[in-house]
Amino acid sequence: MKTKNIIIVGVGGQGSLLASKILGHLLLSQGYDVKVSEVHGMSQRGGSVITYVRFGDKVYSPVVDKGEADFIVSFEILETARWLDYLKPDGQIVTNTQQIDPMPVITGAAKYPENLVEKMKAKNFKVDAMNCLELAKKAGSQKAVNIVLLGRLSHYFDIPEEAWQKSLEANVPPKFLELNKKAFELGKIAEG
Amino acid sequence: MRELMLGNKAIARGLFEAGVCFVSSYPGTPSTEITEEAAKFDEIYCEWAPNEKVAMESAFGASLAGRRAFCGQKHVGLNVAADPLFTMSYTGVNAGLVVVVADDAGMHSSQNEQDSRHYAIAAKVPMLEPSDSAEALEFTKLAYEISEMFDTPVIIKMCTRIAHSQSLVETHERIDVKKTYEKNIPKYVMMPGNAKKRHPIVEERTRNLIDYAEKTPLNREEIFSDKVGIITSSTCYQYVKEVFGDSVSVLKLGMVNPLPPELIKNFAAKVKKLFVVEELDDVIESFVKSLGIAVEGKNILPNIDEFSQNLIAKSFGKLVDSGKLTVDGNLADKLTNSLKTDNCELTTDIPPRPPVMCAGCPHRGLFYTLKKNKCTVLGDIGCYTLGAVPPLGAIEMTLCMGASIGATHGFNKMLGKESENKTVGVIGDSTFVHSGMTGLANVAYNQSNSTIIILDNSITGMTGHQQNPTTGFNIKGDPAGKINLEALVKAMGIERVKVVDPYNLKECDEVLKEELKAAEPSVIISRRPCALLKYVKHNPPLKVNSEKCIGCKSCMKIGCPAISMKDGKAVVDSTQCVGCNVCSQLCPKKAFE
Ligand SMILES: Cc1ncc(C[n+]2csc(CCOP(=O)(O)OP(=O)(O)O)c2C)c(N)n1
Ligand code: SF4
Repeated sequence: MKTKNIIIVGVGGQGSLLASKILGHLLLSQGYDVKVSEVHGMSQRGGSVITYVRFGDKVYSPVVDKGEADFIVSFEILETARWLDYLKPDGQIVTNTQQIDPMPVITGAAKYPENLVEKMKAKNFKVDAMNCLELAKKAGSQKAVNIVLLGRLSHYFDIPEEAWQKSLEANVPPKFLELNKKAFELGKIAEG
Repeated sequence: MRELMLGNKAIARGLFEAGVCFVSSYPGTPSTEITEEAAKFDEIYCEWAPNEKVAMESAFGASLAGRRAFCGQKHVGLNVAADPLFTMSYTGVNAGLVVVVADDAGMHSSQNEQDSRHYAIAAKVPMLEPSDSAEALEFTKLAYEISEMFDTPVIIKMCTRIAHSQSLVETHERIDVKKTYEKNIPKYVMMPGNAKKRHPIVEERTRNLIDYAEKTPLNREEIFSDKVGIITSSTCYQYVKEVFGDSVSVLKLGMVNPLPPELIKNFAAKVKKLFVVEELDDVIESFVKSLGIAVEGKNILPNIDEFSQNLIAKSFGKLVDSGKLTVDGNLADKLTNSLKTDNCELTTDIPPRPPVMCAGCPHRGLFYTLKKNKCTVLGDIGCYTLGAVPPLGAIEMTLCMGASIGATHGFNKMLGKESENKTVGVIGDSTFVHSGMTGLANVAYNQSNSTIIILDNSITGMTGHQQNPTTGFNIKGDPAGKINLEALVKAMGIERVKVVDPYNLKECDEVLKEELKAAEPSVIISRRPCALLKYVKHNPPLKVNSEKCIGCKSCMKIGCPAISMKDGKAVVDSTQCVGCNVCSQLCPKKAFE
């Protein structure tokens, strides 16, 4: 199989490391060669962060480049827009609609662009957008945004539900498993 | 067992399997996780040292004692540890000694992008360069064999993309290696008479290592074409394979010092056109040129920033496009197509999102106070460097770890009264112990009227929260020795030492004014633990009473990511706010509740 590319984008500290860990575990269990590139260090302090997940028969480069992503999985809508150039022409976006103001917006040096989802749709991007924060709160913790997103992403993969569940179990502490399973389910059934 | 593993964790696994007993490091992105992961093995003694030089010397002592030892650091850390490294090259080792240096091309988390290969050349020690996690693990084990076989420390060079990406590895059992220590003054006491005898041994070792480099499977040819050949290593190898697959020939170097002249000549003879693809400096390219071989590299590729598959495709695409390189049809199309990329218009108006101090960060109140008092702030490296970005914009200089104190001393010595009552040096707790103490000794000894602020958040924050000698805990989280900063500073001869709580703006302001006024050196310790530490209890998030808020934006001056203006009123993001109350001290209408 030709290598498939996922980028996970968001704001440092939002929990993209766990999402990529679960995805890596899942794809490995399906017999793929997998590479996952993470962000550690400076940008984890509230900066824009991008994690790359690549899988296929044989994966060389650990990074995804512009125009190569089959999927953008995004924790924040401004970040979705920032990384649009990375999407393939027919790529799919799965995004949280949550807005987090970056410092230049807070200080008034820049404006937070409006109606981003509508603008993307107008440009014919395939956007699956939902308020993951609300769904995560419904599941029991606002920290579960990452799992809501994975639940939604699972729609687009031909991988049995059971395998997703196993990867969840292997990567989240037992204490939070029920909560995360609920978050996954809410993401999965959400109206995009 | 096959598993997906982070490059740095794979190094740690390699340490375990190689029978390593001792690890001493100082944190630094992208090297930190090696030591954190190694600390999870009960069989390995691990520690955070106060700085890289101490770490390297400690590892040397452990090797001398006959136990395989390790020390890891980021590229700039090797500057600090360069002194022991250069002479360890002369003494050699007893049990194997391996050093990791992690470069950061692209400067994801660094103050410069120096190329560490120069250190291997200058110190005359072998350097290995893995290109994925599996190699990171295997090369680590092999590095210990090379170290003992050739009686030399060995450097493994990592880079951000190998250190911080996960790929598949195969794990094995641990072996046991123990040697005995024997007194050997000519080998281990490096004074001129002995060192003179060791230098020829080093040169002889290099010759032997070159023979090794010619034959080792660390360096391998992948011959697929007689038209184009590419010499490469590390992550660049992966980008080259991504772009060219099996359509060009590749000489993949796993050992980048010393380089194998015969292997390179033979490879060059097999192809019509030869390229070197390497990030940062032209180390391999210059070597190839020195052999009298025609080669291209930095004429088509940059010597700044990191590479990617697109960058390489484009660089070769331009050659094909201009007729300077001919390759087969499919490949030619792929390369030239990479030159056409259209950016999506939606990405043009996107405000940047630079890193910021966390909501509730103890550094924020202190920097607000410095800005308010219009201080000239000479800074240092850590989370608090973010005090340089708007709206605080308080720091005016950052160089390297520890430099704040030395620079403040020199600045004040030259400008005297003009600067003494408004200039401060700021330095974190970990950075102070790393290399600030000697700077302060200079302030105390040569008496500059300097005011130094130690930002004591009880952790090494920037690199992901490691313990240090001021926190009272060791790498495993167990109780450990703890430096008393007040007593230490006083013992150095600084009489004026004050402690403030950076959440208390009034107290910060008063103490700062007082210490700047004083006609002698002084130290202010700004003390409150980092807001991300698990043991820190937070208050419930604040709310703005919109009836009371007059939209004056006073609270916006501290640059807290949890406060923004919506429809002319301040609002608090309850998912971020930790109730530190610094903002509410600025509100003239007491609108925060
Ligand atoms: C020589 C060197 N070693 C390591 C680093 C990586 N590094 C950057 S800041 C920092 C420590 C910061 O800790 P501290 O001074 O306590 O400040 P904090 O981040 O907690 O505010 C380290 C280890 C570096 N930049 N230079
Ligand atoms: S990690 Fe700690 S010290 Fe660093 S910015 Fe956040 S709160 Fe401040």
